[in-house]
Amino acid sequence: MKTKFGVKEVVAVGIGAALFVALTQVQIPLGIPNTALQPRAALLAFLSAVFGPVVGAAVGVIGHALGDMFFYGSAWWSWVFPEAVFAVAVGAFANKYGVREGAFGKKEIILFNVAQVVGNAVAWIAVAPVLDILIYKEPAGKVFVQGLGAWLGNILIIALLGTLLTAGYAKVGAKSSSLSKED
Amino acid sequence: MARILTYEDKDTWIHRLSGVTKLVFFLLWTMTSMLSYDTRVLSAMMVGSLVIYKMSKTEWRQVGTVLKFILFFLVINLIAIFLFSPYEGVGIYGSRSDLFHLFGDYWVTKEQLFYELNVMMKYVTIVPAVFMFVVTTNPSEFAASLNRIGISYNIGYSVAIALRYIPDVQDDFSKIRNAQEARGIEMSGKASFFSRIKNTAAIIFPLIFTSMDRIDVVSSAMELRGFGKHKKRTWYMGRKLEKADYITLAVTVLLSALFLFITFRDGSRFYNPFAG
Amino acid sequence: MTPVIEFKNYTFKYRAQKEPTLRDINLAIYPGEKVLIVGPSGSGKSTIAHCINGLVPFSYAGESSGTLRVKGEDPAKLGIFGMSKIAGTVLQDTNGQFIGLTVAEDIAFALENDLVPQDEMFDRVSQVADVVEVASLLGHAPWELSGGQKQRVSMAGVMVDDVEILLFDEPLANLDPATGKRAIDLIDKISRDKKTTVIIIEHRLEDVLYRDVDRIVVVGEGRIVADEKPDVLLTGNVLREQGIREPLYVTALKHAGCVLAAESRPQHIETMQLDPYKEQMKQWFREVGYEKAQKADRTVLSVKDLYFSYVEGSPVLQHIHFDIRKGEMVSIVGKNGAGKSTLAGIICGFLQPARGTLLLNGEDISGMSIKERGEKIGLVMQSPGQMISKPMIYDEVALGLTVRGVPEEETRERVYRALKICGLYPFRNWPVSALSYGQKKRVTIASILVMDPEIIILDEPTAGQDYRHYTEIMEFLKEINEKYGITILMITHDMHLMLEYTDRAIVISDGHLLADDTPAKVLTDEVIADKAYLKKTSLYDLAVKCGIGSPSEFVERFIHFERESGEGRGSHGEDIDL
Repeated sequence: MKTKFGVKEVVAVGIGAALFVALTQVQIPLGIPNTALQPRAALLAFLSAVFGPVVGAAVGVIGHALGDMFFYGSAWWSWVFPEAVFAVAVGAFANKYGVREGAFGKKEIILFNVAQVVGNAVAWIAVAPVLDILIYKEPAGKVFVQGLGAWLGNILIIALLGTLLTAGYAKVGAKSSSLSKED
Repeated sequence: MARILTYEDKDTWIHRLSGVTKLVFFLLWTMTSMLSYDTRVLSAMMVGSLVIYKMSKTEWRQVGTVLKFILFFLVINLIAIFLFSPYEGVGIYGSRSDLFHLFGDYWVTKEQLFYELNVMMKYVTIVPAVFMFVVTTNPSEFAASLNRIGISYNIGYSVAIALRYIPDVQDDFSKIRNAQEARGIEMSGKASFFSRIKNTAAIIFPLIFTSMDRIDVVSSAMELRGFGKHKKRTWYMGRKLEKADYITLAVTVLLSALFLFITFRDGSRFYNPFAG
Repeated sequence: MTPVIEFKNYTFKYRAQKEPTLRDINLAIYPGEKVLIVGPSGSGKSTIAHCINGLVPFSYAGESSGTLRVKGEDPAKLGIFGMSKIAGTVLQDTNGQFIGLTVAEDIAFALENDLVPQDEMFDRVSQVADVVEVASLLGHAPWELSGGQKQRVSMAGVMVDDVEILLFDEPLANLDPATGKRAIDLIDKISRDKKTTVIIIEHRLEDVLYRDVDRIVVVGEGRIVADEKPDVLLTGNVLREQGIREPLYVTALKHAGCVLAAESRPQHIETMQLDPYKEQMKQWFREVGYEKAQKADRTVLSVKDLYFSYVEGSPVLQHIHFDIRKGEMVSIVGKNGAGKSTLAGIICGFLQPARGTLLLNGEDISGMSIKERGEKIGLVMQSPGQMISKPMIYDEVALGLTVRGVPEEETRERVYRALKICGLYPFRNWPVSALSYGQKKRVTIASILVMDPEIIILDEPTAGQDYRHYTEIMEFLKEINEKYGITILMITHDMHLMLEYTDRAIVISDGHLLADDTPAKVLTDEVIADKAYLKKTSLYDLAVKCGIGSPSEFVERFIHFERESGEGRGSHGEDIDL
């Protein structure tokens, strides 16, 4: 696990959170009223995969809290902290993905997606509803359905956009030695 | 992006308070109102929140759009609670007083209405506190305040960088979106689901990739100016606590303790007007 | 005297690279000296700065041999923090360098990290803010400042530490000419008042020489190829050999066959002794007459009486009107924040004008969506990174067609054609990441060309590029303009670009149309140049001082001569491999 927290990590958290906040209002409508996919979830998965669990968790918590406060005037803590849980799950394998080394291939994509599906499940089907019930005493049926919805939405957007983003970034940094010009 | 709440400099006693004080108030106040379901406590807190909101001289134009959005979300949430669990209140308060029949298995009960009233009061308590905190706290003081209450300055400074670069990133975002729209790549529109994902990618990828480069530049700039040299750092914008701060802090801590005591005294977080 | 910075047989190789970036460097800089380091991109000039401030080897790892001493210390031992007390660095990217939420906090940043008590910080910040003249802006956020103001804040942020050495990494890259002049003036003032050693890394040589420098060090392929006083260096050919642009008046004198002597002090046109060269100059002027090309094609874009404001009551643009004819290459110039980008935004449909009409081939386009306009008017953003979203070149260029549902066969044909025009056809199956900056720029141009637009608008096409890349990009644009008749509009504050490559300059100042004339006329008109924060070209001064009657005609002839002879041009026509 990458746990060093130096200047680079401080800045990665800050700029990552700024991106997360800026993307808060970017949503991809699904055609069903009031449901939309959130590209910011893909951003968080990507940042966790590149920078590891600590940076990812901090981006999730700071970004979600600031985004909620600035755009929605509230701080829904039971939905802020699961972001950290999710980021840790994806970021735990940061060294294995090798995004910075440009090695994000089939095997790594599978690992990344397994981690994101499991991480999302823990975060949104377990932690978030349980916190809702403990803190807010909301009805269990409602919060689990909400959690399930968030889980489905997030795994979908991360599987598509998150994978593309991470693979794309890995390619940007990749060395290209075997290229030749064609006529 | 018009719907963003921002700090505005005004001259009220709330604006003059140190950021630390407001942060502590904000955290304790939202925490207490989250935990309490005691209607008497929530009423007192709600009145308190509204008074503070009024005193902060916050204007409708600063928060209007956000407020409309919150009200909409609140109504949706209240309806959802009823649909998923029409007898949640009955379970909590241990009695059932039907008011009228809606459809199928759905009866409107006094207990449910009372429970949902409490849920609503929580919102009405938390929202003005968030508004007050965001629009009266100078962002520059925020990082210093986080550091003061014991959070490492690294994290505090991450928050400062986030606040610093949010406008830059938003500006980049709208430039990139415009340029890509001119190439025919639109995020909304009638396109199919997958092409919508692809179009979103075409707009946010350049934003994210250029931001990744920016991380390198900013961290070099910070290192060259000695960031992270010592275990501590001082803050240019940190504000010393003054009399008003100590009084506010004392009142906040005492009130929160009192409210939590009242809430949990009888072993239940709920105030039950239906019992006996 | 002992040097404050001394490289001895110093060689450095980055870990990720095969070849050393610096080879056998011997360089001594003495206390209080002001030294300019020039060299093309990739020559190693920035690496020299990184060695001095400690980024090498701490942020950029690698191996070195030989010795480097800064104030008697080895930066590789002292570390970045230790070095930051001795040498302050101002980076090129003013937005990246500006870390604080307000001006005061940004200046105080280094002090905060050094645990300086708050009261002392207040004093020191206000002192240094006075020196760089930002005292009235202390409470401002970065987005409320102009580029020049941000840069002055950056200077304050490193000077607050009382450093003995100031390093400037391309300080002029993002500034309009007049603001750049002011920056150079301020650097000069600081170096004289505080006796600070100043090192400036920059390729805009003429602009830096607005104030005296003690020495110019020329770096090429990792070696120091010249280390001379400016008056001596300008008489020789080293600059041109290294692909660095000489001051224009020096080039003109050399074109006329003058053999420059250091004694005539060619460092500044204002103080140069021109008597020995006058006659030769006048004769050259008489001889290099040319025929004026006539370009009078039909009007393709017509802007009529345009007004725009973000907030009612404070107009950003007022009564803007001009015509663009087919096949023209036109520059839109003016100081930072004058409204140039807003104008481009309105033409592309991102912003709605309050009043006025836009006619494309005589038809009103106000009802057209951004997407529809994008098919006729293409916009190329400043940095390729802001546009490229696909890993593969082909996919990136094809994107605009794919989303419009153009059939695959036709898409391929059009993409290949665009790639051929841009000289990228041999690379069609390559990933974008394998390309150089200039090639990436061409990918973004190809991705616009593929839609067959009538007009291409480019925002600062050459910002931050050295002379070679600048030439590469501009020659390419000139070629697609001449060969394929594509109309090109460029937003720029690069005077050379406007002078050398465009037929006409539209000058915007404080939201008004100030001039619409040939670049030579604009740049020889003191009133216009002043108002628009442009810089009168040094060719004008040369002409006046040599007693040539018509300075703007002189400028025209000079440009024509340059175009004809291809003097000093880089890799025109070749297939670029950078």
